[in-house]
Amino acid sequence: MISRSSIILRGPLLVFFCVIGIGSLSGQDMLLGSLNSVALEAELKTVKLYGAGGIAGLDSYQSGFYISDQGHILTVWSTVLDVDTLIAISSDGTRNEASVVGIDPNLEIAILATGKRPSGFFDWEQTVEAQAGERVLAFSNLFGIAAGSERSSIQQGNIMAITDLQARRGFIESVYQGKVYVIDAMTNNPGAAGGALTNVDGQLLGLLGKELRDNRANIWLNYAIPMSVLRVSIRQLLSGETITRAVDERTPADRPCSLADLGITLIPDVLSKTPAYIDLVQPNSKADRAGLQSDDLILFVNTTRIVSQASLIEELNYIDRADNLVLLVQRGRELKEFDLSGP
Amino acid sequence: MHVAQLHYDSSHGRGRGGWVLALALSLAVCWQDATIGSELPDVSSKVLQAQQDRMRVMRQAAEATISIFGLDGGGGGSGVIITPDGYALTNYHVSSACGDHMRCGLSDGSMVDAVIVGIDATGDVSLIQLLGRDDFPTAPLADSASVQVGQWCFAAGNPFMLASNRQPSISLGIVSGTNRYQYPDGTLLEYADCIQTDAAINPGNSGGPLFNLAGEVIGINGRCSFEKRGRVNVGVGYAISANQIKYFLGVLRSGRLVDHATLGATVSTDSAGKIVVSNILSSSDAFRRGLRYGDEVLSLADREVSSTNMFKNILGTLPKNWRVPMTVRRDGETRTMLVRLTGVHTEKQLIELVSPERSTPPGPRRSDDPTETEKGPQPQQELSERLRGEPDLMRLVPDKQLVQSRLERRPGFANYYYNQMNQQRLWQSLQGQGDFATTAENWEFQGNLAGEKTPFLLRLDDRSGILRIGSRELSVDFQESVSDVVAARDQRGLLVALRAAQQLLKTGPFQIGDSVYLGTAPVYMGNSQILAEQPLMDVLQSLWYDATVRFSFDASGRIALVEVFGDPENDPIELYMNDYQAVEYGEEKFYVPTRLRLQYGTQTTLLLERQSAVLKPSANAASSSVSEEKADS
Repeated sequence: MISRSSIILRGPLLVFFCVIGIGSLSGQDMLLGSLNSVALEAELKTVKLYGAGGIAGLDSYQSGFYISDQGHILTVWSTVLDVDTLIAISSDGTRNEASVVGIDPNLEIAILATGKRPSGFFDWEQTVEAQAGERVLAFSNLFGIAAGSERSSIQQGNIMAITDLQARRGFIESVYQGKVYVIDAMTNNPGAAGGALTNVDGQLLGLLGKELRDNRANIWLNYAIPMSVLRVSIRQLLSGETITRAVDERTPADRPCSLADLGITLIPDVLSKTPAYIDLVQPNSKADRAGLQSDDLILFVNTTRIVSQASLIEELNYIDRADNLVLLVQRGRELKEFDLSGP
Repeated sequence: MHVAQLHYDSSHGRGRGGWVLALALSLAVCWQDATIGSELPDVSSKVLQAQQDRMRVMRQAAEATISIFGLDGGGGGSGVIITPDGYALTNYHVSSACGDHMRCGLSDGSMVDAVIVGIDATGDVSLIQLLGRDDFPTAPLADSASVQVGQWCFAAGNPFMLASNRQPSISLGIVSGTNRYQYPDGTLLEYADCIQTDAAINPGNSGGPLFNLAGEVIGINGRCSFEKRGRVNVGVGYAISANQIKYFLGVLRSGRLVDHATLGATVSTDSAGKIVVSNILSSSDAFRRGLRYGDEVLSLADREVSSTNMFKNILGTLPKNWRVPMTVRRDGETRTMLVRLTGVHTEKQLIELVSPERSTPPGPRRSDDPTETEKGPQPQQELSERLRGEPDLMRLVPDKQLVQSRLERRPGFANYYYNQMNQQRLWQSLQGQGDFATTAENWEFQGNLAGEKTPFLLRLDDRSGILRIGSRELSVDFQESVSDVVAARDQRGLLVALRAAQQLLKTGPFQIGDSVYLGTAPVYMGNSQILAEQPLMDVLQSLWYDATVRFSFDASGRIALVEVFGDPENDPIELYMNDYQAVEYGEEKFYVPTRLRLQYGTQTTLLLERQSAVLKPSANAASSSVSEEKADS
């Protein structure tokens, strides 16, 4: 609680501050602020990456940054890397060929190597943890604005939240489902993935993630993956270890779909891998309304291949009643898709 | 936060001691009002001061920022006033949607009429003039070359047409990139050497200023990168640099449809990373100055060419007709040449590009749309709805009479009124050099070749000119082709150019031939080849016999340079005139140059130092009194 005396005191204090303030701020300092030197130093550690893509709405460029004096680059794992050699161009114009050293399919990160000593790199082992509310800078070649020796872009913002990526409910499609820094600036644009997030002192905080959109709200998420989450993987990848896709650690849905709810009865399950043939469709059920019929063979649930009745039942466990549900079925010699999403 | 704490407590304390709490609360609120931003007691005084400074700068910046509307409430965008008499900058894609008469809202709530002055459709800049006052609040233009990545900046303007009370919205950000090159759509809306910012730039911000924290305009916001996220800010906005605008300001004031420059040569990056000439037109001035295929380009217009994009950045900010230095390296040897730039478009193309049928600029590119409001129906619809609720905006009727007095439509011009006004201005200051119209038709100059004893005699009347240097005599009959003299590249060029100057002095721009005020351009009077050191001079272009003449005027309104252009593949005659001295004739004084320098290309071919001058009335005028006055140099 503020006491009245302290209120009275503050007026003169403020005047005092003003007088000091005017004397101590030179015009040029005020104009440029303190971010310029930080920006220049950090930008020298970033690279513009060029690889596969350029067709079907897939960009052929993304961002990355050096993490070792031997020219290792940290970036996100994406289709851009689907080439033998990528081109990595630094902000000082240095152009190097880079190849993929290793990937972590769970974190969707990749480490590339140029074999050339960069003019600067981030120390990935000495990174700091960010606080919610902290001011941050994002360095990336978003929209591929910078070309050749041009410097990549810098944006400023604040960390709005530190939270787990809620990718489970189909709101946001993402393989990575862990801790993220959510940023209040538009940092995650095309080409920005793989860029660096730093604090205002230029210390590395995280890796700008891939573009993520909330399917329902149509809102794009601006986020970075904290370096602390990536550290173990980076160490493994740098030492040449291979990281394989983790077993599905999905937890069953709170309100899972069931065949009964959908109105589907399968043929009797008599074999070890009985095909998922529909025996009966309940009139007026979800399945009926969607147009499924007897003798349809269910081949896919969303993107998961169904090899047996058991795998169908298992897969439905992971799908909430509110989630999207699309079945691909074989009917006679035709393949047909049926959308059973929604209530 | 103490205040928040108080609010919380008060909700608990009602009924019991509520009075005391209410008092404390109101005191706290007063305290908060008085010290916005200072409620955290341990915030450094410097930070608080910086915030106070920033708020003050933003208030001032807002005063010079305007909202622009079409007469019917359509179109719309932002702008910034740069002179007290109301000259203001906006985007071409904003002004084109409003036509040549628009309404501008100032932050004090007033609405004033404005007319179009000049259009740079290629650079997406329009100059307009707000009418009716000569004390408009202004914002200064910064030196945008000093803009640094990471520095704070803020945009002011009218995003989403929110400024129904004419108070501009301010959005703070940093400079995300400098020297950005954004490809044009066709040949329009090229953003060269622009400033990239993460300050929110949304539809309606177009044409508005981007300020540094000193309140100087570093650029004019015009474009955003959009992709699949709809027409809203995605953290990437582009501003046209203040330095490009400074280059074009003098040209835009001419009331013309102005054009950007081309070199007549293209560059590319070779395998060694050098920027080399990859194509060159043999008809270009650059070719005549010695630029060749394969030359490594080191600098253009005083700026280092570090990449092909940088070359386009530099060239893209220069106006047509300017002459700039270019440094190249060939076989290890470095040479600097002055090159004349030509236009991207022909006059006809420019007229077509800005014709009403095309008044809406070309469609959006994949990721770099201008932030046009007219494309997005929502803001405009919203605006009309706002206008209905805005009685004063509806009531204040445009002053059509005032606008009409400042508006003259003519093909090739944004507003011919301003061209005529500038021609009138030049003619007035020429008339201050002496009453050449009635008294002086026949000139006789005598002196020496500079630095030599060889004498010269020069005679000029309305039919012919004679130049005697030592025992040599050259003569020109003005009834014959002027452009043949240009093609001949000889010393008779001096007579031709001087005759053009004489005739301009006598008849003025409106009678010498079809005249157009071109705006300002650098004139290289001395030995320096540095663009920044050259004065920007007013340039008047007149059709004269079978040639085109350009007159450049020094700061006191005297003719400093006469250029006579013949066929485009020939270098023009250039006659530099300086060190003007008064020659008396009766009661009257006439100012004539003492130094006359003839140049073709960049080679001086004749340099005369005049000692005496005799100005006589023409033969058919009264020739009673003739005066000779030795120049007192």
